[in-house]
Amino acid sequence: MNTLVSPMDSVAVAIVGSGGAGSITAGSLLLEAAGRIGWYGLMTRSVGPQIRGGEALAMVRLAGAPVGSHGDHFDVLLALDWHNADRFVDEVPLNANSLILAEAEAGEPPAVIMASGARLVTLPLESLAEGVEEGRPNIVALGVLARLLALPLDELLIVASRALERKGLDVDLLQETLKTGYDAAEILDDSIRALPPAPARGTRWRLTGNEAAALGALRGGVRFAAVYPITPATDLSEWLAVRLQRVGGHLIQAEDEIAALNMVLGASYGGIPSLTVTSGPGLALMSETLGLAVAAEVPAVVVNVMRGGPSTGIPTKSEQSDLNMALYGLHGDAPHLVLAANTVSDCLSATQWAVQLAEALQCPAIVLSDQFLGQSQAVCEQPVDHDGLGVASRLVAVEPGSAGRYDRYALTDNGISPMALPGTPGGQYTADGLEHNAHGIPSSRAADHRAQLDKRRDKLLHYDYGPLWADEEGDGELAVVVWGSATGPVREAAARARAQGLAVKVLSLRLLFPVQPTRLSALLAGVQRVLVVEQSHSQQFYGYLKAHYALPGEIRVLNQPGPLPIRPAAVLTQLLQWR
Amino acid sequence: MGKPQPILSSLEAKDYKSTVKPIWCPGCGHFGIESALFRALAHLGLPPEQVAVISGIGCSSRLPAYTECYGFHGIHGRALPMATGLKLARPDLTVVVASGDGDAFSIGGNHFIHACRRNVDMTCIVMDNEVYGMTKGQPSPTTPPNWDCKIAPGGTGVSPFSPLMVALASGAGFIARGFSGDRNGIAKMLVEAIRYPGFALLQVLSPCVTFRPEEKDWRLQVHPSELPTTANWAEATRRLAADDGMTTGIFYKAELPLYPATVMEPIDQLNAIETELTL
Amino acid sequence: MTTLVTLEELLAYAQTMEEEAVERYQELTDLMEVHHQKEIAQLFRTMAQIESKHVDKVAGLVADRDLPHLAPWEHQWLDADSPESVPIGQERYQMSPQQALLLVLGCEERARDFYQSVVDSSPDPAIRQMAAEFAEEERQHAQLLRDWLARLPPDAGKKAGRVDLDEPLAQD
Repeated sequence: MNTLVSPMDSVAVAIVGSGGAGSITAGSLLLEAAGRIGWYGLMTRSVGPQIRGGEALAMVRLAGAPVGSHGDHFDVLLALDWHNADRFVDEVPLNANSLILAEAEAGEPPAVIMASGARLVTLPLESLAEGVEEGRPNIVALGVLARLLALPLDELLIVASRALERKGLDVDLLQETLKTGYDAAEILDDSIRALPPAPARGTRWRLTGNEAAALGALRGGVRFAAVYPITPATDLSEWLAVRLQRVGGHLIQAEDEIAALNMVLGASYGGIPSLTVTSGPGLALMSETLGLAVAAEVPAVVVNVMRGGPSTGIPTKSEQSDLNMALYGLHGDAPHLVLAANTVSDCLSATQWAVQLAEALQCPAIVLSDQFLGQSQAVCEQPVDHDGLGVASRLVAVEPGSAGRYDRYALTDNGISPMALPGTPGGQYTADGLEHNAHGIPSSRAADHRAQLDKRRDKLLHYDYGPLWADEEGDGELAVVVWGSATGPVREAAARARAQGLAVKVLSLRLLFPVQPTRLSALLAGVQRVLVVEQSHSQQFYGYLKAHYALPGEIRVLNQPGPLPIRPAAVLTQLLQWR
Repeated sequence: MGKPQPILSSLEAKDYKSTVKPIWCPGCGHFGIESALFRALAHLGLPPEQVAVISGIGCSSRLPAYTECYGFHGIHGRALPMATGLKLARPDLTVVVASGDGDAFSIGGNHFIHACRRNVDMTCIVMDNEVYGMTKGQPSPTTPPNWDCKIAPGGTGVSPFSPLMVALASGAGFIARGFSGDRNGIAKMLVEAIRYPGFALLQVLSPCVTFRPEEKDWRLQVHPSELPTTANWAEATRRLAADDGMTTGIFYKAELPLYPATVMEPIDQLNAIETELTL
Repeated sequence: MTTLVTLEELLAYAQTMEEEAVERYQELTDLMEVHHQKEIAQLFRTMAQIESKHVDKVAGLVADRDLPHLAPWEHQWLDADSPESVPIGQERYQMSPQQALLLVLGCEERARDFYQSVVDSSPDPAIRQMAAEFAEEERQHAQLLRDWLARLPPDAGKKAGRVDLDEPLAQD
């Protein structure tokens, strides 16, 4: 749970550089070192379009409690150079309290950055680096930041040597480079912005949302994946490929997204929990196959790491604009599961749960993650085993046909019919996208269509989804309803609002379909004002809520499209205006 | 008696036939392919529950429901990736794909190329009637350019391609052609195809009596190859380049590297993986 | 020319011929039923029943002999397929009883020709004799079919001759 109360509870550092300056590496090492001594944190990155050598920005936020979003301002902007840095100005809001540390030889900072009123201090990072064999300015800069943030140098050395030894950097020289920066930062001793070191903590992890989702899939029992590369989902597939093999599974790169999901269906039909990973354009290609999974009642999980849309859109940025497609993008009446992760570590729970649900309900599940969650590195608590999370279990027909003819699509009380796995004698059936009768024979008869439509709908409606369907925090007449990565800034805003005496309830939905109107109404009992927050241009989430739920009282919507994240201050302003 | 009994499979062709009556038109060549498949499976002694027939959409793709095997009647053009996923997850099964010229060469063309290349163990039967039968008679990638039809009056003007050459160029290691009127010939090739440890392609010329009645003359035009099967890729290329499209037989059969991995026993536990993420 | 070496081989061929004929007639019965050509379906059903009796007859001759196990394609028929089965692709939607019976007649004549070729080529007198008997039976079957054809009422197949005015229909 996010308990950040005020900006003073966190430190936000941005590092920018280009042409191989290594700003992303520096940010990552900073996060890891801070994590090791007990801080929580979040790191995101932003890059130019070049494959190498482009302008690159690392954004790190550190705090004494789990960090769900970036704050409203950055405390420090460290510039290794200023090439094309003004492309990032929207992502690194600065104010008069901010400190800009810039390479002395880099020239004037862009006017738009100086217009923030931040204080500028230049440091000769390049020439300091030249003073050490193999010295690199970004490592010097890390030494500077260590002193500024009161981070122990030896922690930085440990993480740096582990990461960089592989790339041929010598440990002793690294140490010397870090110390050079540390010493040079003496002039900043009046500017120290550190958080107090955290108390000793239990096991914590450092991982991205994509890694978390992959792990959730493995925990859920996935042992086959078929994927097609697409930004920002590819690193999930790459992480999964190696680990899947170690647990006896297999990941195959297909020739396109349509093939990928069809491979998943084939493997799933054969009895193995299976998954694919994609982004918006890929999910669009998968529509027809998803419908097949619904009609033939074959489990499958599709993780959609959303990016800016529509069409090719903004591949490297986040947005919550695939909601409509995930919910409504299949032809025919094709009810299916739609889930969403709302933090980096929740990518694990959401995906694991999706695997369990898809297997139990014999249908496809779309898990909506996004570029922000997927590619942010977070230091967070080790995800515990939630109540309700475990290894997926499918209702398999053990001795099909022993009590008469085996009917794959038999009409059962709860709508779930046992599935015979190929190889099982007596269970032979042909799975079909054509509408069919209980036995699986294609049928165009009204009674069969109605019966099977009811079955496929009712199996989802009758299922008990338990407490995981939504996260509820706080209480009050004012509630914020949110989903996905917008949850982070909402939680922070809510905490700040409560600190100012305003009671706010936050409801973050994890299960988007099937809808849970009764449960939502119960959670919103007594609420008079509802603020809906989402990162989409056309208010997709608000439209969804209006269509399927009865929201109490007065409703307002705070929405914006990508590429910029929603800031806590923007939500807080809405809340305070509406007390 | 005294004579040693040969080892017989107790399975007969009719053990593979379901009670669902095919809707193929009287005179359809697909009956011959169905019959051939059952004869081949019986000869191999494969229990029906160990066989999975995967199909797309089209007259060809109705086959799974007519068998006593496991089946999946999927979506148009996508039988090959579905079969690939199934075989990788369940290497113990015998996987047969039933497809048509539209399903495999048009919408499924991309998957066709990569299935040939990937060499996952399966048998792909393409029932080629040089037309889209199920949607009332449209040209397919193997239809001649001057075939008059409603959607392309006077013909498409676009030449057909050679699917077997595409298969060869894409890396398929077993390439054969049959004719639906010769079901024993097909059955024999199917036995070899199923036994072949890799992706085996069998194109079967199968006249469409309803939309291409002129194809009834195919039985007078098809003829067996005079040359034995070659394992030499360059030789196979030469033969297919000279192919008249009516020659039957196994053109090419070579030993190629199989797709390297399937779902199998674990090496590691999840815990070992999770410690990677620990700070 | 098909050269059979043993009586068991000849019986194996005969067994295959009859069994495959039954299978094919059953297939034709079903497909004509599905297409609502009741009269033709019944005709093929009758042929399936007749051939079943021939299967039994051959089984009686086989008794407790060990027959060689031949794969379907290992039979050296004169054509690609077993002579007594209606060849794939020869049936037609709305075929007339005459056309159907001519197909069946063709089967019997081809069966006769096959056995005759065995008679003509086998060096073994026992095989020649059995083959000759089989050939003679097929001749009789053929004659029965010709009689059946002759007995067909003149308006048989009038319905079949009526062109189906409906277009062939799309499905998937």
